[in-house]
Amino acid sequence: MSAPLLQIEALNLRRDGRLILNQVNLSVYPGQVHALLGLNGSGKSSLAYTLMGCEGYAPDSGRILFDGRDLNGLSITERARLGITLAWQEPARFEGIPVGKYVGLGLANPDREQTVAALEAVALSAKIYGYRAADQTLSGGERKRVELAAVYAMRPRLAILDEPDSGIDVLSLVEIEKLIRRMAGDGSAVLLITHREELLATAEAASLICAGQIIFSGDAMEARQYYSGRCRPHLESLGAQPWDTASPEAQAALASNGSLRPTLVEQKSE
Amino acid sequence: MTTTAPRQHLTGQKPAWAEEMTAMLDAYQQAGGDPQALQLPEVATLVISGEQVLASHEIPGVHLEAESLEQGVRARIIVEPEAHVDRPVHLCFGVIPAEGRQEILADYEIGPGAQVQFLAHCSFPNAVRVEHVMQARIQVGKNANLTYTEEHFHGPHGGVDVRPQAKVVVDAGGQFISTFSLTRGRVGALDVDYQIDVAEGGVAELTTKAYGTAEDRICVRETVRLNGERARGLTRTRLAVRDSATSQVFTSMEGNAPGVRGHMDCTEIVRNQAQAHNEPLVIVRDDQAQVTHEAAIGMVNRKELESLLARGLDEDAAVDLIIRGMIR
Repeated sequence: MSAPLLQIEALNLRRDGRLILNQVNLSVYPGQVHALLGLNGSGKSSLAYTLMGCEGYAPDSGRILFDGRDLNGLSITERARLGITLAWQEPARFEGIPVGKYVGLGLANPDREQTVAALEAVALSAKIYGYRAADQTLSGGERKRVELAAVYAMRPRLAILDEPDSGIDVLSLVEIEKLIRRMAGDGSAVLLITHREELLATAEAASLICAGQIIFSGDAMEARQYYSGRCRPHLESLGAQPWDTASPEAQAALASNGSLRPTLVEQKSE
Repeated sequence: MTTTAPRQHLTGQKPAWAEEMTAMLDAYQQAGGDPQALQLPEVATLVISGEQVLASHEIPGVHLEAESLEQGVRARIIVEPEAHVDRPVHLCFGVIPAEGRQEILADYEIGPGAQVQFLAHCSFPNAVRVEHVMQARIQVGKNANLTYTEEHFHGPHGGVDVRPQAKVVVDAGGQFISTFSLTRGRVGALDVDYQIDVAEGGVAELTTKAYGTAEDRICVRETVRLNGERARGLTRTRLAVRDSATSQVFTSMEGNAPGVRGHMDCTEIVRNQAQAHNEPLVIVRDDQAQVTHEAAIGMVNRKELESLLARGLDEDAAVDLIIRGMIR
């Protein structure tokens, strides 16, 4: 296999004194859909913001390599210009910025045809939505589709999609799956963040994250089995993280071996 | 009273008039207006440059009277009861020279049941020391509907002192929808002062947008008194200031009768050494009235900014896009 496009090495992130990402290692290959699966609060979005370089998400240690280049110290704009972009889980609303303009922002030479095609790729009509503002008047699902269209139009080398399925109805989910495949088909690598194991069908590889740690990395189907067998039941029974990093037990485990549940980590080579 | 039909413009007129009219039409275009619209027979128009009434064109249901004063114009604009005016009435005001004063004393009477839109463009393209004072009295009759949109273009020098003042009375079931926009060219000094009284079932919606730079000063005072049962009021203020510009917003909404609903919504974006000030005042005199307010003042929303940066925009371009969108 070719060299990884994105390589995360021993990444640690603390926020407000709390360890959010703990020794995260993860690789995404060119054109690959890599799913990052985890329960709410497991650190998925924090990892996305860290990769994008968002304010307050500078890692404490570890490295993020993109095409071999260390991203440390690069701004969001610089990372975007290298070909990384992020579709936010709850996209921002923009008063007065038309959807068509927003979708075309990432294009070097904004072009109506590309914008129309991107909107159609998420099943939105440019005629209806192109001139509407990307503001509060759009429903959550519509705004989400617009966000995905903007990412798709950009043809990034790496698209980080933070829970593209949340707040989306079942029919729209099919469209989103198609879009993810289309992105990969067009050459974009996709880091697909989700807590919905059904979306793993679109991925070739997957990692499971729990309490800021990658506990499994490897084949997407194996990850699905692992998740549905061990993580989901926990979510359903407790409605919370299996391991709370703030608990005295977790802190003790961290102090003694630097990891919460080292026995669960099953890193698989690509 | 001076009345001139714009359709005859530039032909058969004195060269000085034609020159002034051409300059006003250019300025009108810079302010976002469409000069072609002023030529259409079905469009009522009033063009005032300094203290001169350059053109005035009436249509059925709309009467325009204007007379020159020493430093301005007194105008009376009447829309007949039940008149439904299909095309917006175009008003074009301005001062072309670098210095001057223009005072417009305007009376608007919108008859009961009438429906009309006004598009006012105010241009001061060369202003270095220009004062523009608008004192308007607006009567929106019972069940009448008036939409008044005013756009300004002030040129690059910041030498304009603009004071739009209006006293508006909205009769029962009437609607007054107003948008004031000063987002092109330098603001200079802007002091908006609107006072509106709304009767039973009436509606008043005010939107004010301005973008101040350098040493511009923006002051917005808006008072809406919801006096009649079920009257509704909304103020939307969208201001952005950068460099050393300042903005001050004093909005006041009174709920004086049962079932009234009022809301004030203010966003001010501040950059560099600019300063913004907001003082909403809510007064409720009836236990079945409700008035709310929300204000956001400060830097550009971080999430909005980062979303645009993630598309490859640099920070200045992203902030400008957010501000331009907000005041659009």
